[in-house]
Amino acid sequence: MTAGDLAVRVQNVSHQFGEPGDVQHVRALLDTSLDIKRGELLCLIGPSGCGKSTLLNVIGGLMRPSGGTVEVTGKPVRGPRPHDIAFVFQENALFPWNTVIENIRLGMLFQGVPKSEHEPRARQSLEAVGLTEFANHYPSQLSGGMRQRAALARALSLQTGILLMDEPFGALDEQTRMILGEDLSVLLSRTEKTIVFVTHSLGEAVFLADRVAVFSARPGTIKKIISVDEPHPRKPDFVTSEKFTTLRNELYALLHDEIRKTVTASSAGGLA
Amino acid sequence: MATRDNQAQSFGSRLVQVGFLIAVLVLWYLATTRWGVNRLLLPNPVAVWQQLLDVLRSGEYLPDLRVTLTELVIAFALAMTSGTIVGFFVSRRHSTIRVFDPLFAAIYSIPIIMFLPLYVLFFGLGPASKIALGATISFFPIVLSTIAGFGNVDRTLVTAARSMGASDFHLFRYVLVPGALPVILSGLRMGFTIALLSIIGSETIASLAGLGHHIVQLAEGMDMARMFAYIAFVVVIAALLNGLVSFLEARGRRWA
Repeated sequence: MTAGDLAVRVQNVSHQFGEPGDVQHVRALLDTSLDIKRGELLCLIGPSGCGKSTLLNVIGGLMRPSGGTVEVTGKPVRGPRPHDIAFVFQENALFPWNTVIENIRLGMLFQGVPKSEHEPRARQSLEAVGLTEFANHYPSQLSGGMRQRAALARALSLQTGILLMDEPFGALDEQTRMILGEDLSVLLSRTEKTIVFVTHSLGEAVFLADRVAVFSARPGTIKKIISVDEPHPRKPDFVTSEKFTTLRNELYALLHDEIRKTVTASSAGGLA
Repeated sequence: MATRDNQAQSFGSRLVQVGFLIAVLVLWYLATTRWGVNRLLLPNPVAVWQQLLDVLRSGEYLPDLRVTLTELVIAFALAMTSGTIVGFFVSRRHSTIRVFDPLFAAIYSIPIIMFLPLYVLFFGLGPASKIALGATISFFPIVLSTIAGFGNVDRTLVTAARSMGASDFHLFRYVLVPGALPVILSGLRMGFTIALLSIIGSETIASLAGLGHHIVQLAEGMDMARMFAYIAFVVVIAALLNGLVSFLEARGRRWA
């Protein structure tokens, strides 16, 4: 693999919250290294608190790791990189006082896109997520699924090479998640974006990802990376295929022990 | 969004409110005509109504209204400017919030009107003392709500804006201000109400002019019907001003 094929290089990243000895001290991430190829969709999956969201924030420059380095397109990350990286957060990251289209325009204003491009790019990204008719709605007037589509449209309008998604469908019901997952797969097959997608859902990970990075329990590090060799856009019947089931079971086996460890540790520590 | 049920309910409560006012007027009327309450203590509502019409027709209220409104506008402008600016800077750090928020809240709980004699000594009997007192009193709800408003803007929104490359100015103009505005607006409304209250109140205690001053003069002249007419006039003015401020407040949060 040459450097040009690499979108993100994570080297020996560790992160801890608080200082050793503090009550609040948590070692979230331990000596994690990861190469993310240009144009691939990588899912991060693991037990809660394993540091997958932390890793995402470190890659996006929203958090400075306690140790290690991250390079995005060959340059070290020292803070937000709005021209390279766009985020879709778990929920409620739309500005509630702005309509959907105002939210999208605002993102471009922040990023520094010339004013004349705002309208066409906003329309285009709204169309891509199927929200054209809701351009002038406020977030509070939309369902949870539509809000996440709007957040995705805002991220797409920024036209970054990398998209970081932190459990974007985590707060949605199972059916809405499925539909959004299918739409996302279609959408992404048309772009060259590199995507890092944090999820709790095994099915979601297998359905969307080119590779799935499985995290160990806290302090988290990558335990294994599984490849999902299936072209995008993925059809709904991929879910019922034997390949899907096998991969899902493999993931389940990998995760099960880690989740059990997390639950046992937290109940022993009185945190549960 | 008002549903049919909601509308029916608010119509019902309006009806009760209007009924209550009518009942008060009827009792007032009966007390003066049938139950023999002293006219010097409680004038006949019909006489008050005639006096009110006379006050409005003559326009004699204008000089006092001008004094009171001028005091109110200047006091509120001072409180609004200082309260929002101080509140914003206090809200920027946890350490300053920890120091100043309880401090302001403690002072806010003191009835500051008791310092009126001091204000009169410093600023005289004229409008200056009313302005200074009104500004002081309404500063506190404004500064407290500004601290709360800016301090409680959703962190996710700030992070999202930063991730998209928002500058400090962008963050202030497009995230912090709109995020804090609903809370600040209710603080401003509260500040406005108590500024009016304290200005008219202090006019009745020690002053040279103003609506409060005029009401006391009429009381001292035993001109009770006219005094009641003035009180009714002030009530209407206060209600109009509050309506205006509430309207502006509602416009500031129409997205919710």
